[in-house]
Amino acid sequence: MSGVKGSVTPPAAPSPNVLFETLLRFGDDRLVLGHRVSQWCGHGPILEEDIALANIALDLVGQATMLLHLAGDVEGAGRDEDALAYFRDEIQFRNCLLVEQPNGDFGITIVRQFLFDVYSVVQCDALTHSTHPELAAIAAKSLKEVKYHVRHSGDWLLKLGDGTTESHDRVQRALNSLWRFTPELFAADDIDRAAFAAGIGPDLAALHTQWSSIVRDVVERATLTMPPDVPIRAGRTARQGAHSEHLGHMLAEMQIVARSHPGAQW
Amino acid sequence: MVAPPRTSLPTRDEVWAILDSVMDPEVPVLSVRDLGIVRNVEIDASGTVTVTVTPTYSGCPAILVIERDIADAIVAAGIPSVQVQTTFSPPWTTDWIAPDARARLKAYGIAPPGRADAGGLVQLMRARPAVQCPYCDSFETDVRSEFGTTACKSLHWCRSCRQPFEEFKAI
Repeated sequence: MSGVKGSVTPPAAPSPNVLFETLLRFGDDRLVLGHRVSQWCGHGPILEEDIALANIALDLVGQATMLLHLAGDVEGAGRDEDALAYFRDEIQFRNCLLVEQPNGDFGITIVRQFLFDVYSVVQCDALTHSTHPELAAIAAKSLKEVKYHVRHSGDWLLKLGDGTTESHDRVQRALNSLWRFTPELFAADDIDRAAFAAGIGPDLAALHTQWSSIVRDVVERATLTMPPDVPIRAGRTARQGAHSEHLGHMLAEMQIVARSHPGAQW
Repeated sequence: MVAPPRTSLPTRDEVWAILDSVMDPEVPVLSVRDLGIVRNVEIDASGTVTVTVTPTYSGCPAILVIERDIADAIVAAGIPSVQVQTTFSPPWTTDWIAPDARARLKAYGIAPPGRADAGGLVQLMRARPAVQCPYCDSFETDVRSEFGTTACKSLHWCRSCRQPFEEFKAI
């Protein structure tokens, strides 16, 4: 085999649990943020923005559907994407703290979206090289959509930051308030390390470098100030089920119809 | 009307011809074949037809209707056994929309997509070539929003004929 170089050993196959947990982390981020953004539907500041946010929410829920469907297949316990979305409790969700934070004002929504969109764009780009072919395919598909999303949130950050005193102050406040949730995005635990070692997940340290450089560039162009780095909170993370008080309330709203009518088809 | 059951195995060309008649529910001047979302047609020895489709956008709600319409059209042509399956790879691109389909889009009042641009990961304040107004052909147009009434379209405004219009956005 002329193409094989040196003594390259194939990565060890990940345990099914590592793959399942990894897919839940990717899928839950998009499901929870998609639901949050959908809460703007009918409340956008202008019609075009209302439509834009509804479109972005739809893309995010679509990406979550693909990822959670694959997670259900990997788990092999007969759960599909709807069972995973509607019939897990808060402690079983694996999304990060950032995406579950309430919408706040438009500044909070845009800054939360921008911080996540940059994360998603570098994550999806890395995942197109995943050794898991279905995950790589979902990432390649999602990447096309996320490039639109980051252009939307990034352009807004530039306009609001470099806008009026009021808009500048509001997005700076939002950035200062949400910054404490960003270290969690890159804090690798055993699941992340095992996923990276198996070639299915990204190297979070490399993502952090890429993310920081893009975020800093846009924040500075928006005439905003980068908040000081904060240490990650000790103890269990949201990716291990320790969420803020906001997720449970959001899930109650998101899950009520499915739980009130289990097995309903439409 | 359902055709009587057939005695011979269907051919792939016949199935592709059936797919020419299945229109996109939201853009009814384009067939599913024009859109480039049908990726493969297979027929096994028992005559079961398997059609592989890929979604346009991952959250596109029309895909379920499209899959059902494809199955219904094939059954209506007298082929009783049909499966529709989904693939995500390679991801759909508007570059798969055929030239004659682009002309029909324009005649329908939707500006056809330009070439999909792989581009960098984060391109802000993008300066893009002006989109031609599908009504008056003017290039004196502005982008109002990169998100339109469906996931696949963006909103524009023509300064010449003072009409809002949509563009099928390139991805």
